[in-house]
Amino acid sequence: MSYADSRRDYAAHVWAHLRKDLLLEWRRKEAINGMLFFSLLVVVVFALAFDPTAYPSIARQISGGLMCVAVLFAAMSALNQSWARETQNGVLDAHRLGPAPLSALFVGKALANFLLMTAVELVLALVFAVFYNLHPLGEAWKLLLILPLGTWALVVNGTFFAALSLRTRNRETLLPLVLLPVSIPALLAMIQATTAVLTGEFEPGLWIKLLVGYGVVFTTVCVLLFETILGAD
Amino acid sequence: MVTETYIVNEKNTSGAGRSGWGLLGLTLAVLAVGFYEAMTAPTEATMGNLQRVFYYHFPQVILSFVFPYLNLGASLLYLWWRGRNHDRALAADAFALASAEVTVLYATVGLATGMLWGRAAWGIWWTWDPRLTTYLLLWLLYVSYLLLREFSAAGQTGVVSAVLAIFAAVDIPICYMSIRWWRTQHPAPVFGGGADSGIDPGMYAAVWWNLAGWAMWGAFVLGLRYAIERRRQRRNEDDALGFLSEAEGAR
Repeated sequence: MSYADSRRDYAAHVWAHLRKDLLLEWRRKEAINGMLFFSLLVVVVFALAFDPTAYPSIARQISGGLMCVAVLFAAMSALNQSWARETQNGVLDAHRLGPAPLSALFVGKALANFLLMTAVELVLALVFAVFYNLHPLGEAWKLLLILPLGTWALVVNGTFFAALSLRTRNRETLLPLVLLPVSIPALLAMIQATTAVLTGEFEPGLWIKLLVGYGVVFTTVCVLLFETILGAD
Repeated sequence: MVTETYIVNEKNTSGAGRSGWGLLGLTLAVLAVGFYEAMTAPTEATMGNLQRVFYYHFPQVILSFVFPYLNLGASLLYLWWRGRNHDRALAADAFALASAEVTVLYATVGLATGMLWGRAAWGIWWTWDPRLTTYLLLWLLYVSYLLLREFSAAGQTGVVSAVLAIFAAVDIPICYMSIRWWRTQHPAPVFGGGADSGIDPGMYAAVWWNLAGWAMWGAFVLGLRYAIERRRQRRNEDDALGFLSEAEGAR
């Protein structure tokens, strides 16, 4: 098989996994409903800590960070579930036996999680803008670059670590414990870039570059190591 | 049968045990000299006796940057040997565990001595300056590594933790850069701009003796922890074999 053929083959596998995950989610809507309601609750609960409409400049300074944290917490609640459905009826072992490249399974699932998270974020951004009375002072279009990049950085590692903690005891507790320390640079860059756009006080360029770099590095590491952790026992 | 093998194992390691005790004695002697040097070194001009914390803070921090590399090396070796040489893979895994624990130990002491110093010199226990923040992240990463080992399923601990070790090693330089950018973009705290580089030559002896002593102490604790972990692995294997032969006998 030629190189171009094998590449097309790989893309077909990724597409099959992506389609399957989105279809399952479309039929049950478990993850997305949970995440949406959870992030709405985060918006309400954080409003108790300070009055966002009375102090617009404080609201601008911290709501970027609040939103990223809400997204991260919502993601952690959904990521474990996205692998849990693969463990039923020994599906995961079947994947391991099959001839398809295992990393295609990972890439497909990470993309599916990414699309779900992006949908949640679009809603969440609107909710934040309304409830916290936000008017970005910087260039708002840059958010269209920052949010997907930041989400991918969180989701690619999150999907990987969810697979890693799949067969551990109390995996619900374990996922945040391993995911958060590794994700701190991405989270920091995402928060700083969003804050830069909202306050207009500094340029987000540096942070966007960091997000790109982080995404490239960790996507590579995840794809390379995925087969190792799936065949861990 | 199980106990017999256990005793044989103990005999095998007794040579290493003797040299281990020798290393401990030598380490304690070097640390004693280090203590003497630290207490008799010239008193620092502005900070006075308080500066003597430095002779302990500096070696601990420097060494806590060395052990993570050992952890990464052992983790890579583990992944390499896993399907090829079972015993070597187990040894690499034990070494990775030991070096991660020593990393957390030294980083904890480094953080604690740093905070003591900060409280006395700057009046605050903690500040989010680049070095302190990056160092705290290093500590967090290796604590999460140990937690993962704790939680993971018995047969998987090695692989899962070796993979996390690779992630941690990749993450540290990115952390370092990002936090540097973060804290320089915002107004930085005024203090801690670095002493006018260098120390009084009279202080060198205290620094080097303590660095050597704590490096040896680290090597000793690491070796001891490694030996204990190896012994635990052997006992586990013996237990498993024992159960197997019992099951055979019952059939």
